[in-house]
Amino acid sequence: MANETIRCECGHENKEGTVLCEACGKPIEKNQHIDGNDQQNVLEMRYEGGARRSQTYKRTFVDKIWAFFSSVKVGVWLIVMTLIFSALGTIYPQEQFKNSPLPSSVFYEEEYGLTGKIFYQLGFHNMYDSWWYIILVALIGVSIIISSIDRYVPLRRALKNQKTKKNEVFVKRQRVVSFDNELSENDLNTLKTNLKKQRYKVHEENGHIFAEKNRFSRWGPYVNHIGLIIILIASIFRMFEVMHIDDYVWVREGEVQAIPGTGQEYFVENNEFIYEVYDPETEERFTRALEDVENPVPKNFQTNATIYRATNDPVLGEKPELERVTEGEIRLNQPVIFDGYSLYQSGTQVESEYNSISMELQVNDESLGGFTFDTDEAPSEFNLEESDTTITIDNWYPELEFTDEGPSSFSKYPRNPGIIFTVSSPDLDEDERFFYLQEEVIPLADNNQANVSVSDVDRRSASGLTVKKDNTLPLFGLGAGIFMIGVLQGLYWYHRRIWIHPKDGSYHIGVHTNKNWYGMNQELDKIRKGTNVKPFVDQQEMK
Amino acid sequence: MGFYELSSLFLNITFFLYLIATAFFGLTLGKNRESNKKSKAIKIAMTFTIIGFASQMTSYIFRWLQAGHIPVSNMFEYIYFFSMMLILAFVVIYFIYGIPALGLIALPIAVVIIGYGSMFPQEISPLVPSLQSNWLYIHVTTVALAQAILSISFIAGLLFLIKRVDQSQSSKETTFLELILFGVVSTIAYIILSSSFGAMDYEATFTKELEEQTVDVTYSMPALFQPHDSELVTEGVFNSGIETPGWMQGADAGLKLNTLVLSLTLGGILYGLLRLILKGRRVSALLNQKFDKINPDIVDDIMYRAIAIGFPLFTLGGLIFASIWAQQAWGRFWGWDPKEVWALVTWLFYAVFLHLRLTRGWHGKKSAWLAVVGFVIIMFNLIVINLVISGLHSYA
Repeated sequence: MANETIRCECGHENKEGTVLCEACGKPIEKNQHIDGNDQQNVLEMRYEGGARRSQTYKRTFVDKIWAFFSSVKVGVWLIVMTLIFSALGTIYPQEQFKNSPLPSSVFYEEEYGLTGKIFYQLGFHNMYDSWWYIILVALIGVSIIISSIDRYVPLRRALKNQKTKKNEVFVKRQRVVSFDNELSENDLNTLKTNLKKQRYKVHEENGHIFAEKNRFSRWGPYVNHIGLIIILIASIFRMFEVMHIDDYVWVREGEVQAIPGTGQEYFVENNEFIYEVYDPETEERFTRALEDVENPVPKNFQTNATIYRATNDPVLGEKPELERVTEGEIRLNQPVIFDGYSLYQSGTQVESEYNSISMELQVNDESLGGFTFDTDEAPSEFNLEESDTTITIDNWYPELEFTDEGPSSFSKYPRNPGIIFTVSSPDLDEDERFFYLQEEVIPLADNNQANVSVSDVDRRSASGLTVKKDNTLPLFGLGAGIFMIGVLQGLYWYHRRIWIHPKDGSYHIGVHTNKNWYGMNQELDKIRKGTNVKPFVDQQEMK
Repeated sequence: MGFYELSSLFLNITFFLYLIATAFFGLTLGKNRESNKKSKAIKIAMTFTIIGFASQMTSYIFRWLQAGHIPVSNMFEYIYFFSMMLILAFVVIYFIYGIPALGLIALPIAVVIIGYGSMFPQEISPLVPSLQSNWLYIHVTTVALAQAILSISFIAGLLFLIKRVDQSQSSKETTFLELILFGVVSTIAYIILSSSFGAMDYEATFTKELEEQTVDVTYSMPALFQPHDSELVTEGVFNSGIETPGWMQGADAGLKLNTLVLSLTLGGILYGLLRLILKGRRVSALLNQKFDKINPDIVDDIMYRAIAIGFPLFTLGGLIFASIWAQQAWGRFWGWDPKEVWALVTWLFYAVFLHLRLTRGWHGKKSAWLAVVGFVIIMFNLIVINLVISGLHSYA
């Protein structure tokens, strides 16, 4: 397949596969079937009759692949398939949203029956991460790239090589035309003035007039496709861990935690967690709605946090030295941002844990004093000096549960504390044991003298914070921006051309716009105004 | 009278103004009327439309004043804003292209949409923390405007089909056209059922065991399908004894199925009656005959132009602004939430529309059918995704 050329009668050398001569527009006889010009009077102007590789060479394997991906039909089918699969994935929740301790293999069938089982077995529960969904999107990417190159190159060449003087056939076979106009010098001058008023660039050559505007609009589709490709490239980058961090940390009130994903460099302290609900009494305008719902409507989730940075490289087990970086109020919609990282408010355990439990001791209505058990320190002994009383902590269960082997702790978090302790005091005949659980104190002996009661509990909330760092965001933003520019460029400006062709003392006029013929016709009325040009005829109007 | 009451009052006024406008647009139907009478009717219809829009705007502003935040935070408010944008888009299109027949479709559809939206709770609710952001204003309003403009494409498409589908014999096209009309009639049926049983304070409560808890499900329409494994508590109300199949999930599955089946049944009855009155003729055949002649090129152009404006706007509001907000609220700009997926589906669909039209020359009827499908996708995203599939957007 040599790069043969076709010489037009105007003298221009066209590439093999050209449909309309790049210079004069004369149809090249043997290639008319490519754009379907043999079937219709109006010439197909979409790609200016340029030589598209996909339509010219169809022999080798590469040719065939190229032709396949450059087809709009194939592209549309790929989009339609992506569209259908995307939609199918929403029938049941995706695995990440299923919100159930059951494994997926059980969950979907249990919850949704046979259709759920099929959904799971087809892998639709992980639709958007599945290899075939990703391949589908990647194929769209390939299609975008190949079809754009296939069209852009010949289109650019055709528009660059176009001449003012066109072939008569080209002019007469445009969609909107006006034939055999008797135009005086005056008419021609008015026409040119009118064209310039409509911001056309007017060229002249041997009495032929060519007016053109907004050629850049033709590049719109290619620009927006570049935007999409950038977005796809950004999503490929995002698959690599280096490019983004996505982690989660629970921080209790008063606690300092290393921020995961920062390599023990940053730490966060939860100074206070604030949870507010809407009060139907004070928020009068919402009373009606608030009375209708059973649960209170949340108003604010907020963590007042301080961010620290380790100033030394901590040796394992050693506490790092911390330096304050910033502090802030983390709310939904208001993350705290520092050194490229962001902390988002995303989970709450309101007053889910006990900070401390205070108890009072009495013997015969006489106070022996009180003590406060701090759940973090969990001291093993208290001495009440005023009454010379000693409290010994025998067993400490942060999250109490009863198993076959007796009481034990489910976790190290004081969510349901249980304390077994012994009281020894000169006021007592013998030592007495007690069991604190669920804000009550139960004596373990039958005839105890001492009376222990809970005087106060202090609870704390835990705040769940998402840690994010995403280096791909600027790339996504760039892609989206370029896409929008390309779309607007292609949709809101129209590439319009008018050829005035002298023939035997009269003039044929041919008009082409790449879209919006309705607007073109209105513009033509303005251009024709004050001249002898006959009304334009649309050769392709819907009947 | 407080802002809330004023807002409701103006909403009712709006509804009637649009009904009157529809009636005047109706006067343009038929071939025997004189053309100057028709143009008078159009002028009056447009006047009522514009006054109606002003009234709706007023109602909206009062609601805004009462709430202290822009009323786009629940289903009622969203649909309300959407219908307002639909009317606005229609008025703008009318002044550019001057095709009154569009009003004959746009106004009734807006009326049905407002009616449908009014079936949802209308109380002004406070903003939960995730909605407390300026992006609520930017994202939701842009999406609503974009969807309204895209709907104009559907309205133009429907007009195109009514005039251009060959009604001399029945075909796939005539069947689908009837199906669209049946859909509209069923929506009206739902509004009739919902508002009349609502006015009667009809209630039938069932109890049901769900995940080891007893839940009450209250029907506000007669129960054709009771919830799966449930018992009727309310006395003296109709109960068919037919249970909702067990594979339909959620406490409200029976309620939703019941409402759907009842609406479609009454819709079917109403539609059947229409056919009876027409002596068996297709409804679209009657419309075809009664509608004034259109210039197909111009209607086709409106169809395209609406998408040319709606598509970039939707990209901006539904994908770009949405991503920015999601990034700010949750730290992830895209999370495959059902609503997000359907925004993508909508976007892909209109991308297909544009490719087929601009590079494969799908004009006229083909384009019109695509515009219809696009509207179905938008409505699906608005109604089914919000009400049936739960996700981040199930607020509305």
